[in-house]
Amino acid sequence: MAQPKTLLRKLWDAHVVSEADDGTALIYVDLHLINEVTSPQAFESLTLRGRKPWRTGSIVSTADHNVPTTLRARGITDPLARLQVETLAANCARLGIRHYGMNDPHQGILHVVAPELGITQPGMTVVCGDSHTSTHGAFATLAFGVGTSEIEHVLATQCLRMAPLKAMRVTVSGKLGTHVSSKDLALAVIARIGTSGGVGHALEFSGEAIAALSMEARMTLCNMSIESGARIGLIGVDDTTVAYLRGRPDAPTEADWPEAERHWRGFVSDLGAVFDAEISLAAEEIAPRVTWGTAPDMSSPVSGVVPDPDTLADPTRRAAFRDALAYMDLTPGTPITDIRPDKIFIGSCTNARIEDLRIAAAVVRGRRVADGIRQALVVPGSGQVKADAEREGLDRIFRDAGFEWRDAGCSMCLGMNDDRLGRGERCASTSNRNFEGRQGAGGRSHLVSPAMAAAAAIAGHFVDIREFEGDRR
Amino acid sequence: MKAFEHVSGLVVPLDRRDVDTDAIIPKQFMKSIKRTGFGKNLFDSWRYLDDGEPDADCSNRPRNPDFPLNLPRYAGASILLCRENFGCGSSREHAVWAIEDYGFRALVGVSFADIFRNNCIKNGILPLTLPPETIDELFARTREIEGFDLDIDLTSQTVRAPATGDGWNFEIDAFQKHCLLTGLDDVELTLLEEERIRDYEARRRRGTPWLFRQTG
Repeated sequence: MAQPKTLLRKLWDAHVVSEADDGTALIYVDLHLINEVTSPQAFESLTLRGRKPWRTGSIVSTADHNVPTTLRARGITDPLARLQVETLAANCARLGIRHYGMNDPHQGILHVVAPELGITQPGMTVVCGDSHTSTHGAFATLAFGVGTSEIEHVLATQCLRMAPLKAMRVTVSGKLGTHVSSKDLALAVIARIGTSGGVGHALEFSGEAIAALSMEARMTLCNMSIESGARIGLIGVDDTTVAYLRGRPDAPTEADWPEAERHWRGFVSDLGAVFDAEISLAAEEIAPRVTWGTAPDMSSPVSGVVPDPDTLADPTRRAAFRDALAYMDLTPGTPITDIRPDKIFIGSCTNARIEDLRIAAAVVRGRRVADGIRQALVVPGSGQVKADAEREGLDRIFRDAGFEWRDAGCSMCLGMNDDRLGRGERCASTSNRNFEGRQGAGGRSHLVSPAMAAAAAIAGHFVDIREFEGDRR
Repeated sequence: MKAFEHVSGLVVPLDRRDVDTDAIIPKQFMKSIKRTGFGKNLFDSWRYLDDGEPDADCSNRPRNPDFPLNLPRYAGASILLCRENFGCGSSREHAVWAIEDYGFRALVGVSFADIFRNNCIKNGILPLTLPPETIDELFARTREIEGFDLDIDLTSQTVRAPATGDGWNFEIDAFQKHCLLTGLDDVELTLLEEERIRDYEARRRRGTPWLFRQTG
C-alpha cells in the first residue's frame, strides 16, 4: 500500500510542475484573485517587460480594500483610492480579466466572493496579494497570500517557486459550546501556539468539533491561520464541503459534477499520515474570547481579566505585553467585561458572511445599541451577502437597533477607506488584527466573534454571550 | 531582481517582537500605485508624532525622539536588528519597498514571517536569522558600542562584528541564496520551463476539465 499522505502533501503533489533535489518546486496556480491595492505595480511591471498574463481565465478581480461602504452613487472621493480602483478596472479591461466593479452586485471582499460564487473548489491552488487568502483552505485548497512581485510572477508564468511546507495538525475534540464560535476557537489556537507558532507550516484542522462546523465557520478558522504565522489553513473535504458547492454559479455543471465530486473527496489526510507537528484542544474548554493586546495571541476568555506582564518569564514577551497594555490603556487585573468599546465593527473577510450576520442579528433583534457606543457598523462581506441579508430582513433588525448598514468591502478591518477608528477609540471588532493603528492611527482593537460584538454593542461593554440576557423591546 | 552579495554597515536596533507590516508601512501609504518613495514613511506612526498622509513632505514633521531610527548615532544604518516574527501580518510588499527605500540592505533577527521573507528576497534584501542568544548579544552591543557595524557576506554565509572580533555563520535556503546572489529575473528563470508548464497545464485540463470550463 502507498505511504499515507497528509492533505498538504496531496495538494502539493498535485501541483508540482518540476521539482529540484532540495524539494523546492515549481507549483502551478489554478486560481489567482486580484485586488486594487497590491496589484497595480505587478501589472505595470508585467507590461513594461512586454509580458502578458499566462491564463486570464484563472484570474478573478474585485476592488475591496479601498472602496467606500456608503454613498457609492457619488463615486470615490479620495483621489488616491479612486486611482487604484480605476487602475484595477483598466488593467482588467485591457487584459480581458473577469472583474467585479464597485457597483456590481457581486463586488465584495475577495475571500467572501470567490467561495460564495463557487469559484473556490477543493483541490485547487489559490493565491492572492492578501495574507487572508488562507481563508480558502476551508475548501481543502492550497491557498496563501503573496507579495506583489509574486503576483507578477503568477501572472506571467501561472506558477510560483516554493520551498516545501511543514504540516501541523490541530485536532479539536468534542463540541463547541452554545454561542462559542470558530472565531473563539481560532483565537484559542493562536493563544496556544503564538503569533509565530505556525511559521513555515500549513495548519490542518480536524476532529469532531471541526466536522460539525459550517463552511462559513471553517472559513473564519482558516482565515485566522495567518495570525499564528501559518500562511495556509486546511480542512479536508466532507459532505459539508460538497453540499456548500452544489448549485453555486461557478461550481461544476451537472455533467461534470460526479467526476468533480469524486476528485474532491480525495482531498483529506490519509489515515496514518504523519504530521510534522500536532496539537490538540478540547472544544468544551473553549470560551468566548476577547483580545486585550496588540497581537492576535493576546486574548483571554471573556470571564477572565487583563493579565499581568510581570508574571511572564521571557523579557521580550514581558516588554511586548507592557507595550500592548500601555497602547490599549488597560491595567492588569481589569475584568474583560469592564472594558467599554466606543465603536462596534461587524465585518471583514473573517466574519462578514451571511451566517455571521444572522448570528449577530439574533443577538441584536429587538434591542438598542447602548448610549456609550459612538458608532456601530455592519459591513456585509459581499453584495450577495448584503442582498441575502436584506431578503431575510436582517438589515431592518440592525438599523432598528441603531447600527449603520453599509455596502460591502474591507472597511474598518484596515481602515483604508473612511471607516476607521480615531485616536484612542476602542473597538469591538469581528476582524482579524488588533495591531497598533490597524483600524486607524491610535485606535484600539478588541477582536471578538460576531455574537460577542453584537452583545457588546447592546450592553456597552463586553459581556459573556453565554449569559447575556439584555431586555428586548 | 536586485542582487545581494555583501553588506558592511551600521546596525540600528528595533527591540520588539511581532513587528507587523502595518507598523512597517501604515495602510494610508498603500494607496500609491508606484513601488518607490516609501522610505520616508517607514515605521511612520512610531517615527513621527503626528499622523502621516500620503505624498506629504516629511522633512518638518515632529519626530519621536526615542525611536531608534531618529537617534543621530544610528543615522545612515543599513542593517536593521530585530526580534522574533518580524514582518508578520499583511502581505503588503510595500513594507519591503519602504525598508529598501530607507536604505536597509539586510535584516538580522530571530525569525521572519513567511510572506515577508519572500518579499525581501524578491527585492534583494537579506532576511538573516541567528539564534535568540546571539540576537540578545547583538542588541547589547548596539547599545554599548556607538558605531557598531556588521559585515555580512552571503556567499560564505557569515556575519562578522569588526568592533568585537566576533563572528557567526547563518543558514539560508539554497534557492533563495542563489536568487539573491545572482539577482536573476525569476520570471525569466521560470519561463525557461515554459514547456513543462504547458505540459502540466494540458494534463490538468484533461484531469480536471471543469476547472477550465467556466472562465477559459
